[in-house]
Amino acid sequence: MNAYLDNSATTKVYDSVKDVMVKVMLEDYGNPSSLHMKGLEAENYVKDAVKTIAKSLKATEKEIIFTSGGTESNNMALIGGAMANKRRGNHIITTAIEHASVANPVKYLEEEGFRVTYLPVDHNGIVDLDALKEALCEETIIVSIMYVNNEIGAVEPIEEIGKIVKEYNPAILYHVDAIQAYGKYNIVPKKANIDLLSVSSHKIHGPKGVGFLYMREKSKVRPIILGGGQQRAMRSGTENVPGIAGMAQAVKEIYTDFDSKIDRMYSIREAFIEGVKDIEGVTINGKTDRSNAPHIVSVSFEGIRSEVLLHSLEDKNIYVSAGSACSSNKPSISATLKSIGIDNGLLDSTIRFSFSTMTTMEEIEYAIEELKNIVPVLRRYRAR
Amino acid sequence: MMFKAFLIKYGEIGIKGKNRYLFEDALMNQIRFSLKNVDGTFEVTKEQGRIYVEAKSEFEYDEVLEALKRVFGIVEICPMVQVESTDFEGISAAVLDYIDKTYKDKNFTFKVDARRADKKFPMNSMDINMEMGHRILEKFPEMKVDVHTPDVYFHIEIRNMVNIYSQKIPGPGGMPVGTNGKAMLLLSGGIDSPVAGYMIAKRGVKIDATYFHAPPYTSERAKQKVIDLAKQVAKYSGPINLHVVNFTDIQLYIYDKCPHDELTIIMRRYMMKIAEHFAKEGGSLGLITGESIGQVASQTMHSLACTNEVCTMPVFRPVIGFDKQEIIDIAEKIGTFETSILPFEDCCTIFVAKHPVTKPNINVIKRSEQNLEEKIDELMKIAIETTEVIECY
Repeated sequence: MNAYLDNSATTKVYDSVKDVMVKVMLEDYGNPSSLHMKGLEAENYVKDAVKTIAKSLKATEKEIIFTSGGTESNNMALIGGAMANKRRGNHIITTAIEHASVANPVKYLEEEGFRVTYLPVDHNGIVDLDALKEALCEETIIVSIMYVNNEIGAVEPIEEIGKIVKEYNPAILYHVDAIQAYGKYNIVPKKANIDLLSVSSHKIHGPKGVGFLYMREKSKVRPIILGGGQQRAMRSGTENVPGIAGMAQAVKEIYTDFDSKIDRMYSIREAFIEGVKDIEGVTINGKTDRSNAPHIVSVSFEGIRSEVLLHSLEDKNIYVSAGSACSSNKPSISATLKSIGIDNGLLDSTIRFSFSTMTTMEEIEYAIEELKNIVPVLRRYRAR
Repeated sequence: MMFKAFLIKYGEIGIKGKNRYLFEDALMNQIRFSLKNVDGTFEVTKEQGRIYVEAKSEFEYDEVLEALKRVFGIVEICPMVQVESTDFEGISAAVLDYIDKTYKDKNFTFKVDARRADKKFPMNSMDINMEMGHRILEKFPEMKVDVHTPDVYFHIEIRNMVNIYSQKIPGPGGMPVGTNGKAMLLLSGGIDSPVAGYMIAKRGVKIDATYFHAPPYTSERAKQKVIDLAKQVAKYSGPINLHVVNFTDIQLYIYDKCPHDELTIIMRRYMMKIAEHFAKEGGSLGLITGESIGQVASQTMHSLACTNEVCTMPVFRPVIGFDKQEIIDIAEKIGTFETSILPFEDCCTIFVAKHPVTKPNINVIKRSEQNLEEKIDELMKIAIETTEVIECY
């Protein structure tokens, strides 16, 4: 038995995704910018992909920019957004629990002279809206909030935030990191007042190395990658046609029969929580009901180092992530876990289990059974 | 590329009497091994007590130099220009050209040092020295002769080919690996043990290694890190047989049966025993550790005496008197430091007590070990039988 429960790290591609990518690489391998027929064929894949993706967001085709993935999308939104708007102000608002691909560009901008407000979150990881209202000021040019937190699956009140921001000042760029949310939620950026939205392909059974940035028409962002002027000069570089075609195929698949897919994922999540919560010394971080994302469960195991549990599970072909890696020579405490205020002793004892549309009930049952075996054994041997 | 060959100068092996050829052959083998990873074809030859490396194809000068700098036994590397000329005119033209290209700033003193191995050459060494010196001064008037303490010696060797050289690039020194038997290195993922292995290998000792793996407490990446370290040391020492011992069950058994503050000491005693087993099996004559007095609780004088007590072989601890920074300096020089500081848990730290014994009493430790009598032999046997051997080079 095998249980891949690390789908927030990455997912397996759909068969149909592989098929279209192979076809593009072996048959329709032209450069979309070439004038001949091969180029046109390739361009059509890109155009079709734009259409598919725009449709999934109820957006227009001009609003989709392909990138090399989530990290680039976030970098482009933040750095490109800050560069284009720096004459208007120098204040950026974000949260204390962002992924590194937001947190580090923001830190870079801070070093370059921008002022940053980090909004606190409650014990469930939900951002404090009063703090947001208080932080907004004339100088504010960007508000960047993640849709779903990657470590505990907390879902931020994206629409409410959009309303608050735009009511305060419509010129503020509202960026949403939706890397863990796209394919789990029906997202309509216009409805939520979102200007910029980052998505990665490999979290939804598409290939790695590709993603996109939704850019609401007329939002002011300066390109950060310059070159041959592809994608209306917003993002130069020959389009990653196999990746883009593969991602579009994954989008089609994941948004087909969508509600039942999500319902199934929630059932799996609930079954997992039900099975795990009775193990001694276990805490579930974040919400256990359906207001949390359907695919992430963060669990702390008192008295067990997460890395050790991870490797023990690995030995049983169960693959998970450590919430926060803290080995003896490199303390890297997770900002999210710290921000939601989990017990200090549990910081290094937290594991993330994450599911996908491919996860089965059998995998969940197997993982629970093994956890019940492993946890008491590991707890016997601890540094004292 | 002006240089086509290198003269290899070696020190101590020159004085090893009748065994000298053994040392020279070992050095040539090590040079060949080191050049294996360099693009190009090279011939390593020995002629009248000197070793030459000649390129038989195009090559990257810096790459060859780096490879040679890793061969123990080499004291100096002299990049040479080779010319086929047999008459003095040809040689002199080549020497003047060499000087012009090699020394931008010609404001220095020199001496010509010619050697005539080919006695059929019409001029003797003295004549060549005089005449060549003359011509150099004529062409480059800013240069000056100093026969006692010149800045630069211009060596001209007349053999089948004429070799011209003046630069001397320091090698690592030491003795060629393979001339001084073999020893077993206890290799962890840390900074010290790769340095210890390097230092013993430098004295001509071939190295094997033992690593203690403790899944799930240590990860596959920690093991990969140790393999990478062994490969880096192997660039100097030649191939290393790395023994990967699964140590988890022994460790947990000690944890169950012995006082916690003695865990590390007792564990290390069993590590020494296992390493010594593989040392004997593989023909090693000693053990090597990266211990340094007082660095951690298990490396106090008392602790060292206590772990040493289980060994019948000599245990070499080449960094015993070094401060951490001195060890780090060597680790950086030999290219192991970057890998050593990767943050993976190693098996010595996972259960370490908050207050481990720092002055263990051997009798107390032995008494604690009596608690292990029931299963320890069996666990040792399993650990030895399931050990994986990886050749690292």
